[in-house]
Amino acid sequence: MDYWRKPLDIDKYEITHGAIHIIIDRCKGCNFCIEFCPKKVLEVSNEFNVKGYHPPMVADQAGCVACKLCELICPEFAIYVTEDKHMAISKKEPHED
Amino acid sequence: MSQNDIHPMDKLIRADRMPHIWCSGCGLGTNFSCFLSALDQSGLDIDKCVIVSGIGCTGRIPGYTNIDSYHTTHGRAIPFATGLKLANPELTVIVFSGDGDLFAIGGNHFIHAARRNVDINIICVNNFNYGMTGGQFGPTTPLDAITTTSPYGNYEHPFNLVQVAAGSGAVYVVRWTSLHVRRLTNSIKEALLKKGFTFIEIISPCPTSFGRRNKLGDGLDEMKYYQKYSVIRHGIDPKDADLCLNGKIVVGKFIDVDKPTFLDNQPDLVSMAEKNKK
Repeated sequence: MDYWRKPLDIDKYEITHGAIHIIIDRCKGCNFCIEFCPKKVLEVSNEFNVKGYHPPMVADQAGCVACKLCELICPEFAIYVTEDKHMAISKKEPHED
Repeated sequence: MSQNDIHPMDKLIRADRMPHIWCSGCGLGTNFSCFLSALDQSGLDIDKCVIVSGIGCTGRIPGYTNIDSYHTTHGRAIPFATGLKLANPELTVIVFSGDGDLFAIGGNHFIHAARRNVDINIICVNNFNYGMTGGQFGPTTPLDAITTTSPYGNYEHPFNLVQVAAGSGAVYVVRWTSLHVRRLTNSIKEALLKKGFTFIEIISPCPTSFGRRNKLGDGLDEMKYYQKYSVIRHGIDPKDADLCLNGKIVVGKFIDVDKPTFLDNQPDLVSMAEKNKK
């Protein structure tokens, strides 16, 4: 996002990496998670769930830093993130949008 | 994805009642999720927490929370909560209700519980109208807003809820929107651990009634509006935090003071009366 400068000591920190789990049939398609993901990891999928909504899908799994904003903002308890220690992206530069 | 469909908050919600009744794009689910996270992080014994609500869309929240909960009659959430707290001072009592319930029919209870500084936590979801009954105007509807009962624009001045709470004597007064999920979670956690009458107002989208009639778009558009137009002003005088239709939304922590609660001040009347008898 435009708001943030790159921290000066970014190479001292290991960036956590998250695995995103979507409970597809709980989703009501409000798109909050897709819009407000700071790393733009999610996208609207083309498939339908049982209610007829388009649930989100993970478009950029490697970009997820396990901030868990989607988990907190989801009104339906339909998405959650687990920290994936093995896939920590320590050397990877943060995305610059 | 499918083999492990247990959300971390499923321990605090009644998952068998999901999906909840709230519309797609409604902010209530987000507010509820923030509340549960705050409750989880606060370290309180959840067997000693009670959630109380009145009637309305927000009033459904206790029904979905897997802790002791009361769904009371319209406007009477605060009297029930006060009774709970006085009967068992060990409990942490949370009132989670809407603006219509707490400030229209329940307005009198609100100001007097705040005046007495009863140790309860109020979370008020403000969506500017009576959403469940079809979108009528209420005491928080901004001037000129269109609702089912004000088709030519509302001509009544609304309450500024944070000013009402501060003026009535609340010790902790905060306003956030549904978008400020982290700040809201932290504020709820702070309020749960604070002694006294705490008040949190959450500005929340109502895409089906208020948003649709006032051409605010769907829930996502309202959230984007909050992102663009909310300004954080900690510690300002609550009277300067007025809300208007399509204007800026002043958010932040306005009041955080300490003063003795109702139970702290209550004298030991039984021993006083017995002494008098002798």
